[in-house]
Amino acid sequence: MEFFEQFAVPNPTPTIYLSMVAIGLTLIAVLAGISYFKKWGYLWREWLTTVDHKRIGIMYLISALLMLFRGGVDALMMRAQTSRAGNELLSSAEYNEIFTTHGVVMIFFMAMAFITALMNFVVPLQIGARDVAYPRLNALSFWLYFMGAMLFNLSFVIGGSPSSGWTSYFPLAGNELSPHIGTNYYMIALQIAGLGTLITGINFIVTIFKMRAPGMKLMKMPLFTWTALITNLLITFAFPVLTVALAMGTMDRLFGTHFFTMDNGGMAMLWANFFWVWGHPEVYILVLPAFGIYSEVISTFSGRNLYGYTSMVVSIVVISTLAFLVWVHHFFTMGQGAFVNSIFSITTMAIAIPTGVKIFNWLFTMWRGKIRLTVPMLYSVGFIPIFTIGGVTGVMLGIASADYQYHNTMFLVAHFHLVIIPGVVFAMLAGMTYWWPKMFGFMLNEKIGKWAFWNIAIGTCLAFFPMFIAGLDGQARRMYTYSEEAGFGIWNLLSFFGGLGLAMGFILIVFNVYYSARYATRDIGDDPWDARTLEWATRTPVPEYNFAVQPVVDSREPYWDAKHEGKTLFKDKISDIHMPNNSGMPFIMCVFFFIFGFGLVFSLWSLVIVSSVGIAVCLFLRSFEQDDGRHIHAEDVQETERKMGGDDR
Amino acid sequence: MKKQWLFSGLLMSFLLFLGGCEPLAVFDPKGPQAALLKDVIMISIWTMLGVVVVVFAMLIYMLVKYRSSKTPADYKPPIIEGNKWVEGLCVGIPVLIIVFLSIVSVQSTYEAESVPEGYKDQEPMVIYASSSNWKWHFSYPEQDIETLNYLYLPKDRPIEFRLYSFDAISSFWIPQLGGQKYAMTGMLTKLNVAASEEGEIWGRNSNFSGEGFAEQTFNVNVVSQQEFDEWVTEVHNTAEPLDEETFNELLEPGHLGQKTFTGTHLSFNPAPEEHTEHQGEEHEDMNEEEMDH
Ligand code: HEM
Ligand SMILES: [Cu+2]
Repeated sequence: MEFFEQFAVPNPTPTIYLSMVAIGLTLIAVLAGISYFKKWGYLWREWLTTVDHKRIGIMYLISALLMLFRGGVDALMMRAQTSRAGNELLSSAEYNEIFTTHGVVMIFFMAMAFITALMNFVVPLQIGARDVAYPRLNALSFWLYFMGAMLFNLSFVIGGSPSSGWTSYFPLAGNELSPHIGTNYYMIALQIAGLGTLITGINFIVTIFKMRAPGMKLMKMPLFTWTALITNLLITFAFPVLTVALAMGTMDRLFGTHFFTMDNGGMAMLWANFFWVWGHPEVYILVLPAFGIYSEVISTFSGRNLYGYTSMVVSIVVISTLAFLVWVHHFFTMGQGAFVNSIFSITTMAIAIPTGVKIFNWLFTMWRGKIRLTVPMLYSVGFIPIFTIGGVTGVMLGIASADYQYHNTMFLVAHFHLVIIPGVVFAMLAGMTYWWPKMFGFMLNEKIGKWAFWNIAIGTCLAFFPMFIAGLDGQARRMYTYSEEAGFGIWNLLSFFGGLGLAMGFILIVFNVYYSARYATRDIGDDPWDARTLEWATRTPVPEYNFAVQPVVDSREPYWDAKHEGKTLFKDKISDIHMPNNSGMPFIMCVFFFIFGFGLVFSLWSLVIVSSVGIAVCLFLRSFEQDDGRHIHAEDVQETERKMGGDDR
Repeated sequence: MKKQWLFSGLLMSFLLFLGGCEPLAVFDPKGPQAALLKDVIMISIWTMLGVVVVVFAMLIYMLVKYRSSKTPADYKPPIIEGNKWVEGLCVGIPVLIIVFLSIVSVQSTYEAESVPEGYKDQEPMVIYASSSNWKWHFSYPEQDIETLNYLYLPKDRPIEFRLYSFDAISSFWIPQLGGQKYAMTGMLTKLNVAASEEGEIWGRNSNFSGEGFAEQTFNVNVVSQQEFDEWVTEVHNTAEPLDEETFNELLEPGHLGQKTFTGTHLSFNPAPEEHTEHQGEEHEDMNEEEMDH
């Protein structure tokens, strides 16, 4: 019995028991459904073993949306709890777990997955490639991420969730103050998922450097590809810092080392520094691909080429460099003195300059254009004002002295939500809607999409603007309750309504997917938006080989020029296409990783040893495996092309 | 149009918060440091409001003028690569704004970190503020008094808080007197403030520190020097002395309300040393000495 007690959650409530039952039933239903419709083989052949960047992208997309809902429910619960003074919906312990999992799920498992989803699907198409450089590693990345996410979510029903915030500051997160296993989940799940991210980073850098279509010089790459390149460079430089910090944190918690402990020479400030040396670049890892998407969307729907391409590229590069030089602004209040704070204050505010350049370039892209307010464009147009407010409040936070008053308050919470929501969520929804036809062969309904947009845009403003005021009135962040006299009630109530608006918007998006899948026409052609870049030059939905013939490029908007200046993109004849084989190895290896992680969380060493052996065997087998891939024959390609497009290239 | 409705909504809420009926804590300073920070915040709000207005105006202009429904059906948008001057302006003006704000930031940060302007001729009164889950221990070495979760401060006297923590990182914050600063284990941080108005205000730990964090607040009574002296005498006449055993009980996690003692815990449980460049070297020396023994 004792053995099982460690798996019990520490603060069980009816909600948790209900969710356990619900999760159990859903799981049984899903498994039964798959067996009933005899889809196991399909699932295994087409999805679990796939190395196709498009399918991996779609799996990332589905996971990101699932995580968006998990994080969204967390958010609603928090907003409901704080919607009035002295509310007793949640206890302090529950609230702390919920805001911690909210942050972790949203940043690591929603936002990161969402950008990776779109990079996976779009980048190879935009550069005219057949896949990423290392397709099998790509599958490994996905399954590492997926297993990390599942492990983390398991904490909700087995053993209990971490509760020291997504920043997990030591010593609070250490054994001395959090003896409970919750934080182990944080350390280990993020380690596993982070490994996947790092592999993605390397994979995409190589892909973008080595696999571009002939003629696509660096300065001819579409902006989304540029941002993907820089983001993956940031990933490759920043994530190892997190890896090291998490490893040290894990050792403190499991093996009694003293990196961040209170006594024996531990240094809690070291964690804060490590965390933000990774953490600040991380926010740009998230927002740069979004900038790329907006560049594509605004240019397409203004019917114009992107204004100031070169300065756009330069500003991304400057942002990515500065991103490593500002981390101290997350703890101006740690007592490092006026000199250090002054320097980091200046570097911080300097980031606003290249960011401003980008905003103005988007505005000038609309200038003299012909603006179609489709759903992706609505998100882009909504992004500009809201992100500007988030950005200027960032500059305000960057003034070190003033930050002494904003730090740790709702003002800060308002800032980062008002940059992350328009900067990441809006962008991902815009990108998803924009590339949806390429993924699934039909378009999302515009009318429902617009309703969803307005709910989300107004919801965002209503949810987060009041927080500026509450913060200036002294409401600290992460407080599960406050008294009547404090006077924060009204602002939090407004914010709760905003949260409901956001929830409504997301429900509409789900409904839209269902509705459009059911009723939308499949007859949309290859280029439903009248777009400009290479991904639109192939079929809809994209066949597995991407392009029947490799495109040849000599401008920044090759597809636009092909449409309007009669340039030919596809010069060669169709020939056999070499493709990588599917492989079950990444999936199997990551199942071992999951068991490994679970074993570590609960210090079940036999599980850890068995699964380590499993991982090692997988690596060993892979090293000696001979796999030359396969060919799709020219006739088959021609056949597919005829079916999909009618004309024969 | 919905968009305009949205924008006017934004503007309304902004005005509401500038001119709210009851002043917000940060905009209701009771001392020179908080007043300084309020001024800095107002300068930055007005500067940033300028940026916001320009961006919003440009966006509305583009959307109104170049909507496809407003342009002729056969209108073909031109190819425009960019323009050196326009792009130069897009860099130049933000650079000027950031230079201006940098000067404000550096100056005010130095000022916020030192003894407040106008109080420099006085010797600051030292108070140790140490946090333990989830309370604040205030030690007055000069007066030989220790309180739990409340402060008495004499008006018009510079005060130097020396901050540290017995467990989680906490942040000591009295918004109406000045900005916050972390209290951590194993090192000392300093916060300079002064109070220029009598009255009762609040302070709190603003850095999340676990289950009892929300209630880790304290009261601050700003009184005249005379009343302060009376309070000190009264405490010495009525309060129990603080011994090590009692203090260790106080350190147990929980909430304890307000308490008063004579003597401070610093005598038997001294504060960590201030963290300076120098300290590292001293430490090494000490270690060597220890090894010699
Ligand atoms: C104009 C550029 C920006 C500036 C000057 C800026 C400045 C700052 C500063 C000074 C802080 C720390 C405040 C404090 O802890 O007291 C902060 C926090 C934060 N910012 Fe920004 N920021 C900018 C843009 C962004 C963007 C684009 C994102 C994300 C996409 C972002 C996400 C965040 C997050 C997540 C936090 C705080 C996280 C936490 O403490 O939990 N910021 N920002
Ligand atoms: Cu940052």
